[in-house]
Amino acid sequence: MKRIQTIDTRDLKKSTKTGGCGECQTSCQSACKTSCGVANQQCEKSADKQ
Amino acid sequence: MIHCYKLNGYNIVLDVFSGSVHSVDEVAFDAVSMYEHNDKETIKRALLEKYKSQNDVTPEDIEELFEDIESLKESGKLFAPDVYADKAFDLKNRNTVIKALCLHVAHTCNLNCEYCFASQGKYHGERALMSLEVGKRALDFLVENSGTRTNLEVDFFGGEPLMNWQVVKDIVMYGRELEKKNNKKFRFTLTTNGVLLDDDVIEFANKEMHNVVLSLDGRKEIHDHLRKTVGGKGSYDIIVPKFQHFAEKRGNQNYYMRGTFTHNNVDFTNDIFHMADLGFTELSMEPVVCKPDDPYALTEEDLPILFEQYEILAKEMLKREKEGRGFTFYHYMIDLKGGPCIYKRISGCGSGTEYMAVTPWGELFPCHQFVGDEKYSLGNIWDGVTNKEVQNEFKLCNAYAREECRDCWAKLYCSGGCAANAYHASGSVTGVYEYGCRLFKKRMECAIMMQVDKSINK
Repeated sequence: MKRIQTIDTRDLKKSTKTGGCGECQTSCQSACKTSCGVANQQCEKSADKQ
Repeated sequence: MIHCYKLNGYNIVLDVFSGSVHSVDEVAFDAVSMYEHNDKETIKRALLEKYKSQNDVTPEDIEELFEDIESLKESGKLFAPDVYADKAFDLKNRNTVIKALCLHVAHTCNLNCEYCFASQGKYHGERALMSLEVGKRALDFLVENSGTRTNLEVDFFGGEPLMNWQVVKDIVMYGRELEKKNNKKFRFTLTTNGVLLDDDVIEFANKEMHNVVLSLDGRKEIHDHLRKTVGGKGSYDIIVPKFQHFAEKRGNQNYYMRGTFTHNNVDFTNDIFHMADLGFTELSMEPVVCKPDDPYALTEEDLPILFEQYEILAKEMLKREKEGRGFTFYHYMIDLKGGPCIYKRISGCGSGTEYMAVTPWGELFPCHQFVGDEKYSLGNIWDGVTNKEVQNEFKLCNAYAREECRDCWAKLYCSGGCAANAYHASGSVTGVYEYGCRLFKKRMECAIMMQVDKSINK
């Protein structure tokens, strides 16, 4: 596309089928302990693949 | 829903419900921004007028752009509908398992930090140390309530956990025994102010701790201003050499150098750069959590400065990475390809449901920030969660729980935010800490911009 460059991202809609295993880290555990989000959490499945 | 913003020379379009990110030029930025609320002819006229001095912006070119937008829409990468709201309603009825505990092994501290939310480690109560018996029972409780989850997290927290170090070591060893019997994997974390760090701690931590969180606020004068010894002296000179030794010995294993910034250092990037210049590479810096009338509380006037600081940080990090001297910043560690699934993004931090704090005497609270607030006592590690009413309140904390979040582009990044911050700001765990939201959104814009930069320039 001439004017739009799409960055490679995880498809959130697809993750309704593949996600939800719950093995990922609890958001603020082991980290900030005050102002957590979920955006910087690593998916345990993708971590395994890596 | 989309979110369009400009940062560091990039025009970024974030498609909220698909998670897609697009880097676009000025013409496409305007077209996409107008697309949902205007007909194509109106957009075309507006673009031709605005860009009439540009030869490449022709009616045919704009038609082609519309086709590209429609193509992205059809592939679910632009203007994707919200198909998750219904799933959020099920969260209240879900069966949750516990997968993380914050063990308050020491409600006492060898520092006297002015801003400590834990009231110098005592959590507004008496000084106390966790016994090995309580620690072992806490791990048993975690295993018993973890269902089929394999990975379990345990954070040694305080106060200052090194003031009860032998018990920490013994709890870890007990955990290793439990792993074998129960097919579980414990990931231990140690959070410490560093005063009692020695070779024994470093050796044990590097062998057994999945992560360590080391508290340093940055520049000496900033750190020493609020992080004082019980005798009133600054602690910088005591801890920095120990932290440097620790980080060096830690090799490639996880750690965070974690600081707090306050109204006293709204130029907090200088503290982050100071940490980086000391040789630390895994950094985190958090806005202070305190009452609005505390002298070091962040103010409305601080906000524009803080926004600028986050931008300075992002640009400097990109620069240093290209120079081969990069470092990580916790809030900018966002993985667009391998990040969390939609369930994680909706269900939030898990406090009170998947994650709980355990006091030295075995009482359970929804998280470390509620310890000491008796109305949030959930039960104990022998009888389990008995205060179901409070737990149900926390089950409701999710990305769709708050009216204020309904039209927010960042809700699938923060998942509704921190329940403790919301409670302290609004009186309700399902309220909103609006100041924190504004900082969070800025951080996400910066983090996503950095990913765009890396993706385009790789």
